[in-house]
Amino acid sequence: MALETLIESLPSLFDGLGVTLLLTAFSIILGTILGILLATGRSYASKPIAYLILLYEKVLRGIPLLVLLFLIYFGLPQVGINLDAFTAAVIGLGLRSAAYQAQIYRGAINSIPEGQIHAAYSLGMNKLKAIRHVIMPQMLRLSIPGWSNEFTILLKDTSICFGIGVIELMRQGRYIQVRDPGLVLVVYLLIALMFFILVFSANKTLRYVEKKYQMAGYQTEAHR
Amino acid sequence: MAADFGQFFLNSLPNLLSGLGYTLLLTFISIAVGFCLGIVLALGRVYGTKVVNGFCVGYIELIRGTPLLVQLFIIYFGLPTIGIIFTPLQAALIGLALNSGAYQAEYLRGSIQSVESGQMNAARSLGMNKLQSIRHVILPQALRISIPAWSNEFIYLLQYSSIAYIIQVTELTAEGKFIAAHTFRYLEVFAMIAVIYLILTIVSTEIIDRIAKRLSIPGIGAATRISLRDM
Amino acid sequence: MTMLEVKDIYKSYGDVHILNGVSFTMKKDETKVIIGPSGTGKSTLLRCINQLSPPDKGQVWLNGEEITNPKSNINKLREKIGFVFQDFNLFNHLTALRNVSIGLEKVKKIEKEAAYKRAMEELTRVGLAAQAAQYPAQLSGGQKQRVGIARALAMDPDLILFDEPTSALDPELIGDVLDVMKSLCGKVAMLVVTHEMGFARNVADEIIFMEGGVIVEQGSPKEMFTNAKMARTREFLGRIGALYGDEEGG
Repeated sequence: MALETLIESLPSLFDGLGVTLLLTAFSIILGTILGILLATGRSYASKPIAYLILLYEKVLRGIPLLVLLFLIYFGLPQVGINLDAFTAAVIGLGLRSAAYQAQIYRGAINSIPEGQIHAAYSLGMNKLKAIRHVIMPQMLRLSIPGWSNEFTILLKDTSICFGIGVIELMRQGRYIQVRDPGLVLVVYLLIALMFFILVFSANKTLRYVEKKYQMAGYQTEAHR
Repeated sequence: MAADFGQFFLNSLPNLLSGLGYTLLLTFISIAVGFCLGIVLALGRVYGTKVVNGFCVGYIELIRGTPLLVQLFIIYFGLPTIGIIFTPLQAALIGLALNSGAYQAEYLRGSIQSVESGQMNAARSLGMNKLQSIRHVILPQALRISIPAWSNEFIYLLQYSSIAYIIQVTELTAEGKFIAAHTFRYLEVFAMIAVIYLILTIVSTEIIDRIAKRLSIPGIGAATRISLRDM
Repeated sequence: MTMLEVKDIYKSYGDVHILNGVSFTMKKDETKVIIGPSGTGKSTLLRCINQLSPPDKGQVWLNGEEITNPKSNINKLREKIGFVFQDFNLFNHLTALRNVSIGLEKVKKIEKEAAYKRAMEELTRVGLAAQAAQYPAQLSGGQKQRVGIARALAMDPDLILFDEPTSALDPELIGDVLDVMKSLCGKVAMLVVTHEMGFARNVADEIIFMEGGVIVEQGSPKEMFTNAKMARTREFLGRIGALYGDEEGG
C-alpha cells in the first residue's frame, strides 16, 4: 500500500527534478558568463573597476545563499522589484556562483605566462583580441576542473531554494511528506539517491570533457 | 530615517544576538566534531585495510554527493519514522558535523598524502612505529598544510548553518525571518543579517590567518598564507 | 634609405636606469647584431622598439612613421615588426600550424584556408612541415623557436626583432635555429640580440656593442673583431670569445 503511494508520487518527484535541473542550468550559465566578465575585469580593467569587482566577490562570498535569496525574494519587493521565486532563485544562485567562479578564472588567468600576451601584442593584436584569442581559450581549458566542482556545488545548492518556495525536488518531497507522513524516510532517501546520481554522472561527464580539451602535453609543461 | 533605523536595529538586537549565538554554536561544534570525524576517515583512507578504506570512501562520496538540506531532512523528518527522534538543534548539529566530516576528510587526506612517503620512511627508520610516525611526524605537517582548506570549511559551515533555519533552528537567519515577518521590513532586516555574516566571515578569516601565521614553519607555512590572503 | 630610426631612447624601471640615450638606424633588409654584457639593456631596447615596454624618452620611427607617437596605431605598426622571444612564447593552446596562422586570421583577417596555406609555407621554410599538427609542449626547444620565427615571418614584417633566440636552447639545438636565421639574411631586416659570436661575425652587416645602457661602438664585423677602437669592446670580445668558443663556422 505504501509502495503504491510511493509509485503514485513518483511523477511529482520527477517534476521537481526537472525544476532542479532548470535551476542548475540557468544559474550556471548566468554564473559562468558573469564570472568570466568579473575575472577578466579584475585582471585587465582599470584599478577602480578591479576594486569594485573584488568588493563584489568578497560580499557575495561572505553571505549565505539563503540570506541572499531572502534579500532578493522578500527584500526587493520593498523597492518595487517583484520577482517570482524561480527567477529570484536563478539570480541568487547565479550571482553567488559568479563570485566563486571569478576566483577560478582569475587563478587560471594568473597561471598563464605573461609572454603569451606579449607574443599576441607582437603579432599586432590589440588587448581585446589578445584576451579573446590567446588568454580566453587557455583560461577556459585550465578552469574546467574548478568549474566542474562549482557545477556540482550549484546542483546541490539548488535545494536551498526550498527556503523561498521554489517547487523543486525538495519541495515536492515535502508535499509527499505532508500527504503521507509514513513515506517520509523513503522519499528523502530517494531524493538523496537522485542527487547522488546527478552529482556522480556530472563528475564523470566533466572529467571526460576535461581530458578531451586538455591542452596537449600541457600538464608536463606546467610541471616543469 | 537613520535614527529610525538605529532604533529598529536596537529593538531587533536581542533576537539577533540570540540567533547569532545559535549560529556560532552550530558552527563551532560541527567544525570540531567534523574535524575529529575527518581525521578518522582520512587516516582510514590512507592507512586502513581495503574494507576500511572502502567504507570511508563510501561515506565520503555519499555525503559529498547529496545536498546538506537532504541530509538534514533525513535526520530530522525521516529518522523519527524508525523511532529516532531529535530536537531541531540536535538534528542540525548532527547533520552539519557528519557533512563537514566528509569534506574535512578529503582535504586532510590530500595533505597526509602530500607528506606521506618520504617522511614516513624517515620516521620508521628512526624506530618509530606506524602510529608514532603518524602522530609525531605526519599529522603535525599535514594539519598545517590543511589550514587554508580548513579556513574555507569554517566559512562554509558558518554560512551553511543558515540552512538549519529550514528545520526550525532559531539561528541568525531564522531570527531575521521572524523579525521581518513581524515588521514587514524585509530589505533592512536581511541586509542587516547579510552584514553580520559578512563581518563574521571577514573576522574569522583574519583570525585563522593569524593562527596560520603563528603555526607556520618555513617551507610549510608560506603556501598557507598566500592562499588565505586570497579569500 | 633608412627604414628604422631609433633616436635617443631612455628607459628606467624605478631607480634603475636601463637605457641612457640609445640611437641608431637600420636600412631595408639589413642584419644588425647587438652584443654586450648581460643586464645592459639589450632586450629592453628591443621591447622599446615594438612598444612592449614604451620608452620614457626618445623616438622610434619605422618607414617614416613615429611608433612612439601615442596617436599612431601601435597594433598596425606591430604587424610590421616581428618579435622572436628568448622563451618562445608559443601559444600553448594552439598547434604549430595555428600558432603561425592565428595572426593572419585574426589580425590580417585572411581567410582560414589561405592563412593555413601561408602558415604551412612558413613552417616548410623553417623545416617543420611534419610538425604542423603538434602542440608546443610536444616540440623540442629548437623546434619551438623555429615555429616562433615562422609565426613572425608569416606576418610579412619589414623587421624582425630577435631577443636572444638561442639562449634557452640546449647547445645541440642552437645550430638549426641559427641556420634558419641565416637563410633570412637579406630577405628581411633583422635586429638580433645574441651571444652567438660566430653568427654575429659571419652574418651581421653591422655589430652594435652596448654596455651600461649606451652604445659603446658599432661597425662592421671585420672592424669590430679585428680593429675595435674602444678598449672596452676589445676586452668584451676577447672575453666572450674565450667563453663561448669563437668558432668560425658558427
